Amino acid sequence: MKGNARSPVIVVFLKDVRSELRTRYALNALIMFVLTTLSIILFSIGSEDVSPDVLSGVLWIIIFFSSMSGLSRTFVSEEERGTVMTLQLLAKPLQIYYGKLLFNIFLMFLINILAVTLYVLFINSFTVRSYDVFALTIFLGTLGLASAATIIAAIIAKANSKGTLYPVLSFPILLPLMLTVINATRLAVNGATLLESVGEFQVLVSYIVVMVTVSYLVFDYVWKE
Amino acid sequence: MTKSLTLSARDIGKVFSGRTIISGISFSLESRQSLGLTGPNGSGKSTLLKILAGVLSPTSGIVALTEGGSGIPEGDRFRHIGFVAPYLQLYDEFTAMENLEFTDQIRGAGKSREELESLLERVKLLPRKADLVRTYSSGMKQRLKYAFALVHKPPLLFLDEPASNLDRDGIAIVRDIILEQKSRGMVVIATNDQEDLQFCDSVVSVDRAAGGGSHER
Amino acid sequence: MAAKVILAIWLTAIIVVAFIFPVVPAPEKWYEFPVIPGLEDRARILFFHVPMSWTAVVAFLISMSYGIRFLKTKSMDDDLKSVSSAGLGFLFCILATVTGSIWAKFNWGSFWNWDPRETSIFVLLLIYGAYFALRSSLDDAAKKATLSSVYAIIAGVTVPFFIFIMPRIMASLHPEPLVNTQGKVHMNPTMLVVFLSSLAGFTALYFWLLSLRVRAGRLIDGQLRRGD
Repeated sequence: MKGNARSPVIVVFLKDVRSELRTRYALNALIMFVLTTLSIILFSIGSEDVSPDVLSGVLWIIIFFSSMSGLSRTFVSEEERGTVMTLQLLAKPLQIYYGKLLFNIFLMFLINILAVTLYVLFINSFTVRSYDVFALTIFLGTLGLASAATIIAAIIAKANSKGTLYPVLSFPILLPLMLTVINATRLAVNGATLLESVGEFQVLVSYIVVMVTVSYLVFDYVWKE
Repeated sequence: MTKSLTLSARDIGKVFSGRTIISGISFSLESRQSLGLTGPNGSGKSTLLKILAGVLSPTSGIVALTEGGSGIPEGDRFRHIGFVAPYLQLYDEFTAMENLEFTDQIRGAGKSREELESLLERVKLLPRKADLVRTYSSGMKQRLKYAFALVHKPPLLFLDEPASNLDRDGIAIVRDIILEQKSRGMVVIATNDQEDLQFCDSVVSVDRAAGGGSHER
Repeated sequence: MAAKVILAIWLTAIIVVAFIFPVVPAPEKWYEFPVIPGLEDRARILFFHVPMSWTAVVAFLISMSYGIRFLKTKSMDDDLKSVSSAGLGFLFCILATVTGSIWAKFNWGSFWNWDPRETSIFVLLLIYGAYFALRSSLDDAAKKATLSSVYAIIAGVTVPFFIFIMPRIMASLHPEPLVNTQGKVHMNPTMLVVFLSSLAGFTALYFWLLSLRVRAGRLIDGQLRRGD
């Protein structure tokens, strides 16, 4: 037995990353999604001056829907290919869950960084004054989004009509996160300090903690037959 | 050598959506023994095998795996099991070698490249070790599944239709594997093939009508 | 049997009283309601809309509790109670949303304003909708019960977030709570009595309907099993 054996969580994470790099199922769809949505928004804004408050919301619409396009893949692909039982015989349920959560966090970070960068670059009315608040918002928002979206993905993977069911189940759960994160983005755009935005960050951190905890408690029921 | 292992099933039953798939299955299996599960298609052989492996919960009854007298928790049972079945897929976007490395790493088996390669050699797949499983024929996939199941040298081997998709040479390899597994562990085979059953010390009939049971040969 | 009749009489009395008692600026008689500035007669909604919303929330909490019980006991009876309660909650939630919306049109001029309470009841509606969408997309009864219980739990833990973040996000259009957070009651005694009676009546109605649905569900399950 190797003395420094890798944790199964990391092995699952790396397996998903490698698989994604090779097949690019989710990555391509996500990148195209972000590009097309952004283009549509740019066209519809034109040369209008849209209020930064509205633009804060629109950014998160893009992020929310891209998460709905890509974060279910990690569980759905196992179901569709018949590798669920293979995994069940290789590791404990929670190890699989944390590995896939890590993967979704990783995927979301990639996509969000792309989306946010393009957004800030191409939408002129959207100028951020407090970059520290903004960065922390994106960071915590990504973690929160991934943690909620992953457990819901595990649930819908077992159902029929997974594609349409995913946003239907995710939206009510993600709404508190969305509202808070949009508000925090507005604060960042309007130049609030980190201290002034502490309330929003507290909510975001609690949300992440609650979601990960509840997932830890229920995942066995979702994963096992 | 490993401590003595016992797999026991007591009054196992499974009900799916109101339909009784299996009921009243009981047996006990010791190290160096093998068990055959027979029954008509759809009689629940695969269901029973999944229950024994801990992947499916029984509606009634208890499955227990004990090593040297102390029970192995259900959540840990998978560590001691190798499973080959038509419904157990591998990752076809990876190569054969990558699939074996994956199971080696996730199970913490600590096998070297050479050891994995010799496993592939055993199932006559070494020349194709770097090919994507997607390019494999069904017979090759079946043989790879055996290598996959044996990476961590499990004391308990579950086989569902062991000879499916295999030609004569493939079947010979499998027979060899079963005999070796019997000599140092346990085998449970779900099949209707009389030639497979000849390896089994005892046979349990999983038949809804008969209600299950066990008889020595 | 008697309970049914008493409940019917009780609720009818509430409805009658809610509409008949006059609204006067300075109530002297026991059967008079005070004028609440800005609301006047429209305050009567209090006796219906609030109990409906309250019941919708209670129904969800009960559905969630039975869901948790199901995960422990694996008894389909617990799942039956969970889904029956959710169905009633859904109904009351739709009624609460619709009555609230119509009332909002008369009071504030528009059907929807994204006021925190409006948003909360709407989110509860979405949760109910999602719960039933999930159930209908699963075929196996055990999977259906397990996954919807899990979803109810996940939805349940996000509810406290709404309570905390809503007031921060936007100012409320909803009338200042007549029973404020310290528990002190500002409501006129007559109104309070009618309101609490209505609350009790609606809650009793919910429990009665729940017992009917559970009994019917058990009969259907028994029938299916025998007929098979």
